[in-house]
Amino acid sequence: MSDEYEHKIEAKSDYTTDTSSVGASDIDAVPEAEVPDQELYHSHSWWTTYVFSQDAKYIGVQYALTAVGTGLLGLVLSWLMRIQLAYPELGWFEPAAYYQFVTMHGMIMVIYLLTALFLGGFGNFLIPLMCGSRDMAFPYVNMISYWMFVVAVLVLLASFFVPGGPTGAGWTLYPPQAITSGTPGHNIGIVLMLVSLVLFVAGFTMGGLNYIITVLQLRARGMTLMRMPLTVWGIFTATVLALLAFPALLVGGLMMTLDGVLGTSFFMPAMISMGEKLSYDGGSPILFQHLFWFFGHPEVYIVALPAFGIVSDLISIHSRKNIFGYRMMVWAIVGIGALSFFVWAHHMYVSGMNPWFGFFFATTTLIIAVPTAIKVYNWIITLWRGNIQLTLPMLFSLAFIVTFLNGGLTGLFLGNVTVDVPLSDTYFVVAHFHMVMGIAPILVVFGAIYHWYPLITGRMLNETLGKIHFWITFVGSYAIYFPMHYQGFVGVPRRYFEIYDSPYIETSTLLLNQFITIAALIVGAAQLLFLYNIIVSARLGKKSGKNPWKANSLEWQTPQMPPEHGNWGKETPKVYRWAYDYSVPGAKEDYIPQNIPPSEITGAKVEKT
Amino acid sequence: MSKEKTIFQTLAEKPWEEDQIKIDNEHQGQTLNLSKYKLGLRTIMVISTIIFSLFIVSYSDRMLVHDWRSMPEPWLLWLNTGVLLLSSFVFHFTKLAADRNQNEKARNGLYFVGFLAYSFLIGQLLVWYQLMSSGYYGTTNVANAFFYLFTTLHGLHLIGGLYFWGRTTSKFLNKSSKAEDVKHSIELCAIYWHFLLAVWAVLFGLMLFT
Repeated sequence: MSDEYEHKIEAKSDYTTDTSSVGASDIDAVPEAEVPDQELYHSHSWWTTYVFSQDAKYIGVQYALTAVGTGLLGLVLSWLMRIQLAYPELGWFEPAAYYQFVTMHGMIMVIYLLTALFLGGFGNFLIPLMCGSRDMAFPYVNMISYWMFVVAVLVLLASFFVPGGPTGAGWTLYPPQAITSGTPGHNIGIVLMLVSLVLFVAGFTMGGLNYIITVLQLRARGMTLMRMPLTVWGIFTATVLALLAFPALLVGGLMMTLDGVLGTSFFMPAMISMGEKLSYDGGSPILFQHLFWFFGHPEVYIVALPAFGIVSDLISIHSRKNIFGYRMMVWAIVGIGALSFFVWAHHMYVSGMNPWFGFFFATTTLIIAVPTAIKVYNWIITLWRGNIQLTLPMLFSLAFIVTFLNGGLTGLFLGNVTVDVPLSDTYFVVAHFHMVMGIAPILVVFGAIYHWYPLITGRMLNETLGKIHFWITFVGSYAIYFPMHYQGFVGVPRRYFEIYDSPYIETSTLLLNQFITIAALIVGAAQLLFLYNIIVSARLGKKSGKNPWKANSLEWQTPQMPPEHGNWGKETPKVYRWAYDYSVPGAKEDYIPQNIPPSEITGAKVEKT
Repeated sequence: MSKEKTIFQTLAEKPWEEDQIKIDNEHQGQTLNLSKYKLGLRTIMVISTIIFSLFIVSYSDRMLVHDWRSMPEPWLLWLNTGVLLLSSFVFHFTKLAADRNQNEKARNGLYFVGFLAYSFLIGQLLVWYQLMSSGYYGTTNVANAFFYLFTTLHGLHLIGGLYFWGRTTSKFLNKSSKAEDVKHSIELCAIYWHFLLAVWAVLFGLMLFT
């Protein structure tokens, strides 16, 4: 793969590299740049600076704010569901409304909050800074990507206001019920949902193109792939997964839209509805399930891998120790990513598949436990005899490890066909996926925001408020989800609007439901504290100064803090080491940033890992 | 730029070791010796391949059901295929002309490619019209629906390509402009054209033989 590509060096940029000033001693010698400096777009007006910004940092913050705003709606929807489950006698909602809340809550949280926040938000903000580039590879495409996301969100929200309301088909949108009368929003709601998803996929593909090419091609000099912080590895691998997996959602979504709007029979079998034979014939609903989960399972890792990467960096920085087994961590990320494409049918054990098919998928599912366990062990060994600072990012990281372990262990039960069949469609499943895919990544999001907030605003978040927020969130989410495991064991089915006085359900279930609901209301309200902290600290927080956490990675080494347009001032940084030189024996400080040349730390010698 | 490594060699590096540090300090920050546009194009072609592959899988699964009725392939479809093949050929020679800095030849080549691409799209619409007027609607049988879906998606891909063809051509319209400046764009468009020909060949072949 070596194409003849002639570089055109155009000196239009403000930041033309001035190589004559390089005159350090021999050990610092770095070859002159063969790759020309990136040309930057400079905004001219308020609109192009703050609204239609092409600066990845602004786009990252825009993505994050939009995602969190949508996520708050998802949070309110979960409150409404919980109130219905605990106090059905209030009669606030029709069953249809309950199903619409379930569907929108799931879709918003998985796609419009977590995927957009991790890849769009953290990806945009951190990739160029951590790789030492000035901006993304295609800033204009990046801007379009964000605005397509906004349109996707607006289309999704519009479905609340159309006749029939949003779809209530569950976030999996299984046909035939998703587009058959009787399901809420089977007319317009489902079509808006599918259109919104198609827009999201299109917008994401543009963003993903940027993340991949920036990571591969626009790094700083000396930044080899194996010197990148694990955050970048996580986001990069997740983006590759997303680009390979989202097409399945697109294909399934397109064909279902045609089934719904034009009346084709891709997924719709011959059916009788309200005593009338529908015009559909011969379609295969199972095919949609395969397409959906071929996207849906990698989606779990699209959310989890950036969280893995970020938490590795947080643990290393806040325990002042290099990450244990860096290579193994990279391999685990890549390995989990590759394996995630071979496990999708474990979501379909009860769809009537051949038992041998289920056996195959149970095996691959359990194999994923190996790289995942390696990661958990490595995090714990990194903490072992480290100089652990119980800062907020560290607290959230520790909470993540416990929660992820918990969710992972219940995953072992559900991954086995024979154990899954009785547990399928009970609250045990709800508890499992909320622990592993809801609480665990959100804890990392909080840790990451407490960690990188100074980089965005130049100020620290309030520590006391943060601690209160942490303990309520951490303890509260266990109060919510631990009882659900028990409910699952006694056979409480999920997706039920109301249990009524069924003789098959323990009476204690209702009490437990009320307990869970109260916990959920408290945990949700505690997030207001976090929002308050974010808003107020932007103006009144303690000034952070440069590099408040004494971190090594490049994003903290920018000439200005917070970093300005173009990130690096006159010259992009040169990288001399990996991002994990903490507590190196012989060094003056307990950290050596990636861009410190060897001549400045002559006494230090890196330990072998 | 040092020799490119395989993904396994890269993943086996030990970035903390003294010898590796010396090698790594020489690194220029670019993984592949490609322009970012070319890498972008390749990524898009990979994604498109996955989309079409998933459609083909769905097609193969769906055609096993009893209600499948294959649809006829009008002769016009063969003509369209010929036009697409010709446009791919012309683009190849346009690229060669641009490489040799033959401005006039390259410019005429671009015009001709555009003409052929638009003819192809119009031809496809005519096929649609023919089929619909003889009663082959998407709702009549799912095989027809797949045909309309495939041709639409392939057409949309071509329209996307035409957007970039248009940008390249408009940069090149001026008689004083040189093939030198648009050489890279022409090369990328040509690759994309060949890709779309390959996709069409697979889709057409699939529909022909089933």
